[in-house]
Amino acid sequence: MDQFTINLLFVGGSFALYFGIAIWARAGSTKEFYVAGGGVHPVLNGMATAADWMSAASFISMAGLIAAGGYANSTFLMGWTGGYVLLAMLLAPYLRKFGKFTVPDFIGDRFYSKTARLVAVACLIVASVTYVIGQMTGAGVAFSRFLEVDKNTGLVIAAVVVFFYAVLGGMKGITYTQVAQYVVLIIAYTIPAVFISLQLTDTFLPAIGLFSTHTESGLPLLQKLDEVVRELGFRDYTADVDNKLNMVLFTLSLMIGTAGLPHVIIRFFTVPKVADARWSAGWALVFIALLYLTAPAVASMARLNLINTVYPSGPTEQPIAYAERPDWVQTWETTGLIKFEDKNNDGLVQFYNDVPAFQDEATARGWEGNELVVNRDILVLANPEIANLPGWVIGLIAAGGLAAALSTAAGLLLAISSAISHDLIKGSINPNITDKGELKAARISMFVAIVVATYLGMNPPGFAAQVVALAFGIAAASIFPALMMGIFSKRVNSKGAIAGMLAGLCSTLVYIFLFLGWFFIPGTASFANTPDNWLFGISPLSFGAIGAVINFAVAFTVSSMTEEPPKEIQDLVESVRYPQGAGSAVDH
Amino acid sequence: MSDHNVNAEKYWQANLRLILGSLVVWALASYGCAILLRPMLSGIAVGGTDLGFWFAQQGSILVFILLTFHYAWKMNKLDEEFGLQE
Repeated sequence: MDQFTINLLFVGGSFALYFGIAIWARAGSTKEFYVAGGGVHPVLNGMATAADWMSAASFISMAGLIAAGGYANSTFLMGWTGGYVLLAMLLAPYLRKFGKFTVPDFIGDRFYSKTARLVAVACLIVASVTYVIGQMTGAGVAFSRFLEVDKNTGLVIAAVVVFFYAVLGGMKGITYTQVAQYVVLIIAYTIPAVFISLQLTDTFLPAIGLFSTHTESGLPLLQKLDEVVRELGFRDYTADVDNKLNMVLFTLSLMIGTAGLPHVIIRFFTVPKVADARWSAGWALVFIALLYLTAPAVASMARLNLINTVYPSGPTEQPIAYAERPDWVQTWETTGLIKFEDKNNDGLVQFYNDVPAFQDEATARGWEGNELVVNRDILVLANPEIANLPGWVIGLIAAGGLAAALSTAAGLLLAISSAISHDLIKGSINPNITDKGELKAARISMFVAIVVATYLGMNPPGFAAQVVALAFGIAAASIFPALMMGIFSKRVNSKGAIAGMLAGLCSTLVYIFLFLGWFFIPGTASFANTPDNWLFGISPLSFGAIGAVINFAVAFTVSSMTEEPPKEIQDLVESVRYPQGAGSAVDH
Repeated sequence: MSDHNVNAEKYWQANLRLILGSLVVWALASYGCAILLRPMLSGIAVGGTDLGFWFAQQGSILVFILLTFHYAWKMNKLDEEFGLQE
């Protein structure tokens, strides 16, 4: 059986499973469509949250970025896990106590204002659409590889599949399918990593292998990797970063963005009790950590394997000839995600860091520029092939990558559609809309969202994980502060919250658009996206943390200059703070 | 003020103290050991690199898990203590 058939079997089989569950558990009422009846066990809910959470960014893209950036990109690992601590302590239990369907519901009620609710809807839509662009980028990469088509064709196929999937299911389908998806994706991520860890370090657990001895050279794996990349003019893999401010802000932005993303928060409305909301966050983190502890091992080992493939006799010797490149390079070339150009016409593949500091050595070796460009988003998917693992492992990772992209994209489409149909139309424009009309509006908004995301995904403003990081920045700057102030302060009023959200959202969006193109349309950036142009060295990816500070500052200032919130709102704040005794607590 | 109010206020203060303590540990593991204090910890070797690198790629995640469960456990106990559980 050839690889293409094996891929189809694995991908097709796993999809049949998800669709089967989605149809079996098909959403009936509107309430079920959004929150699955509210009766999901914390461990299962944690697993579904983890599947929802770990998207194309975590599965397909993140390890590739860590592989390329080394220590500096540890930010993704810390940022996308540390947010759960905030979620568990600062938001989840109280929002569960509040007991409504959506984030704008809470903001609208707490800040007793339709305008606040609309602003929250706008923030949520901007963040979610940006997030979907990242998902589509990753899903496009996966589909193009496994169907062996050009990346834009892959993207369109991905869009069609995601749309039908989300429309069919609703949340109820999604909760149970996502448990299945979690199982598929964690197995798919772990098995190749175990194989590779055994090959390179004789260690079964990749997370331990990362800090073990590289069998072939007898050196610690990371030390070996540092030496190899140094020979080719790259920065040491473990090298410290100079711009610590940016690293801190980027991590912070991802963390508070995690706690502000609607499709994650909505998960905590689906547990029966406040106590369960707390446990759910912990379980979600455990299931996420299973992948996140393996990811840095995948990153370093893939980087080492990739260089070994190009330089079979070591980086100080000659690289391989283009004519003798392995099969996987050829298949990825058809997607346009690996590019080779023989700049010095010697038929060999020179792969190195083309920077001025390395110029002399490159010239001495007769090199006239880096000849191999490998898209970072392909590294995880290509990883089993790079390591010469059996065909079924390659099929498995295909299924896992698609599960990750699909589950998150569907969860986000749901968050977008509920924001539009439930919060915007039912909440403001037409309160008398029927259940049926609401569902129809939900599906139309899903369709529009996916078309926009697909169009922008053709020329994404970054690699999948970077686009997703932008979405986190937007959520961090707009939604998180409003939610947190809504729970922890009785003094912040509607005017303060509205001004804060708008200030956070606009400042962050403007900063991002300045460097990455207005509305992400390619070629419209006002400045080149280089560290020299950034304000105080803060990258557009990190600005969400600054946006959040602006949001808090504006909200407190405006609130302190205007009237206190009404008594019943202060009582509402009081009531969300206590799991059960709320009634007596406010009974003066 | 009724007893309930005093009680509820105490519960909320205890929750805030717990949150604050947890956040200190949270920040120390990630922003501290993994980023800002890395140069200071560079003398401590871990598998071919230093402690700061380990915190950045694995240690902080383990700390986060412990913190989340610790908070859930403590709070659920606190709920019972104050008779606020569901």
